[in-house]
Amino acid sequence: MNRTAIIGVGISRCGHRRDDVTHPELVYEAVREALDMAGLWIDEVDCIVYGTMDPFDGILAPEKWDGEAMGVGRLKPMIKVTTGGTTGMSIALTAYTLASSGLFDVVMAVSGQRVSENVEAQKVLNLAVDPFHDRPFGIGAIAAAAFQASSYMHRLGDSRRVEEAMAMVSSKNRTVALRNPKAHLKRPLTVEEALRSPLLIWPIKYSDSCPSSDGSAAVIFASERAAKRISDRRAWVLAADTISDSYYWGSKDLSVWDSLAILARRVYKRAGITDPRRQIDTAELYDAFSIQEILEYEAVGFAEKYKGTELLFEGLTDFHGDLPVNASGGVLSTNPIGATGLIKTAEAALQVMGAAGEHQVPDAQTSIAHAWGGALQFHTLIVLSSEIGVKRP
Amino acid sequence: MSYLYIPAKWDVEFLHSAGEFTTRFLQNLKEKKIYGVRCPRCNRVLLPPRRVCDRCFVETTDWVEVSDVGTLQSFCVVYRKFWGLPDPPYAIGVFKLDGSDEALVHFIGGVDLTDPTKLEEVVKIGRKFRAVWAEERRGHILDIKYFEPMN
Ligand SMILES: [Zn+2]
Repeated sequence: MNRTAIIGVGISRCGHRRDDVTHPELVYEAVREALDMAGLWIDEVDCIVYGTMDPFDGILAPEKWDGEAMGVGRLKPMIKVTTGGTTGMSIALTAYTLASSGLFDVVMAVSGQRVSENVEAQKVLNLAVDPFHDRPFGIGAIAAAAFQASSYMHRLGDSRRVEEAMAMVSSKNRTVALRNPKAHLKRPLTVEEALRSPLLIWPIKYSDSCPSSDGSAAVIFASERAAKRISDRRAWVLAADTISDSYYWGSKDLSVWDSLAILARRVYKRAGITDPRRQIDTAELYDAFSIQEILEYEAVGFAEKYKGTELLFEGLTDFHGDLPVNASGGVLSTNPIGATGLIKTAEAALQVMGAAGEHQVPDAQTSIAHAWGGALQFHTLIVLSSEIGVKRP
Repeated sequence: MSYLYIPAKWDVEFLHSAGEFTTRFLQNLKEKKIYGVRCPRCNRVLLPPRRVCDRCFVETTDWVEVSDVGTLQSFCVVYRKFWGLPDPPYAIGVFKLDGSDEALVHFIGGVDLTDPTKLEEVVKIGRKFRAVWAEERRGHILDIKYFEPMN
């Protein structure tokens, strides 16, 4: 595989109801920004990889309508990939793979989603599980996160500590979102307010949950040769990979995320990371629910198993801490489902490009981005760096 | 400017087949029996029964009756009304039935969910729960009404 870099990223303004735009116009907003950042004309993009979680927007196969926003009318190759919540990173991984394969030089990953046009998104969510075993119980993403939280509380034997740590994640991410002009929810949240938030599905409170957002993202990957020719602002991809696991809830230990831990070890090995806590400067982990950020700390090697809450009490992952996690405000602040993973990738790239603005982590050299999807089932992880290798541990 | 809108509604019907494995599993529930299937490679009893063990990618062989008593591994309690789902509050558990190597998801019944601060006193992970069967059974996962704590 050839060395590959991200040379342009775009993120639309995200929010509840972007009534000022149609579906393709929302997508165009991110595509325009990514092309402008890279200084590219659409014909210099060799291939488009598009993804969304179709039924949420009430439009089946929106790549047809959205085509106009990404140059499909210029007779370009276009591929669609979709894996639920992981979609945004699955398309990033596909675009990266195509650019590094030598088949194309410049590949753009594109995603748009407008969940808030869905008047009752639950009608779609109820269909995202098998009709025989899970559907009568409504095991969607919230119930799954609640299983994770109650299993984790039981393993720790200290529910109150986990509840507080979850509130700390929500407070941290919602508050830092104020720095991000693209974020959806921009209301600061204190730990006390988070703890007082009403229950949704115990032990998950409203404050522990992501919003439903409209938004889009675009990320341009280029082979080394093309990247060096086109731009001097680059986020090198040191490694990227994906993993999948069983659909069935009862076949997984829900208090740990073993599949993500396996993926992290695989990706770190390829990137030359032996001490993730010191060699990674900032991380965009998929915090659809606050408990998940804690499980992810452990799976990606920032904390030992069942020690994830310590990072929060120490302030390590705060915006001003040594290892800021979700400096963008995370999924807890912005969630246009299919596009969210691509926003994660874009944010991780902006950090190592030094282009994250108000939420820039100082001197960020290496970052990671992660997304999960399915029945706690799919993970994708990418390591990005301003340099061609990681710093010494 | 004020934008124009167009309302849209999907009203689509489907008829899903349960196939050989799930039909047999559901038919057995009518007789108050819960069956899993054994994987010949890892020897685990899988629940719900299915043609392929997803860990080994080997076709399952024997049908094995498992207990309607099991250990609660995890649970959650729904406190908000979700479209198309029961009125809150209701609890969902993950139960590792005796004789099975995988857990089954089902409702928890026979517990007072009105006070969320007392939940962990009335619903305990690691405790034994027993299936309460519906009076009328039709070959459906809800032929089991719910699982209730023992003693
Ligand atoms: Zn097996």
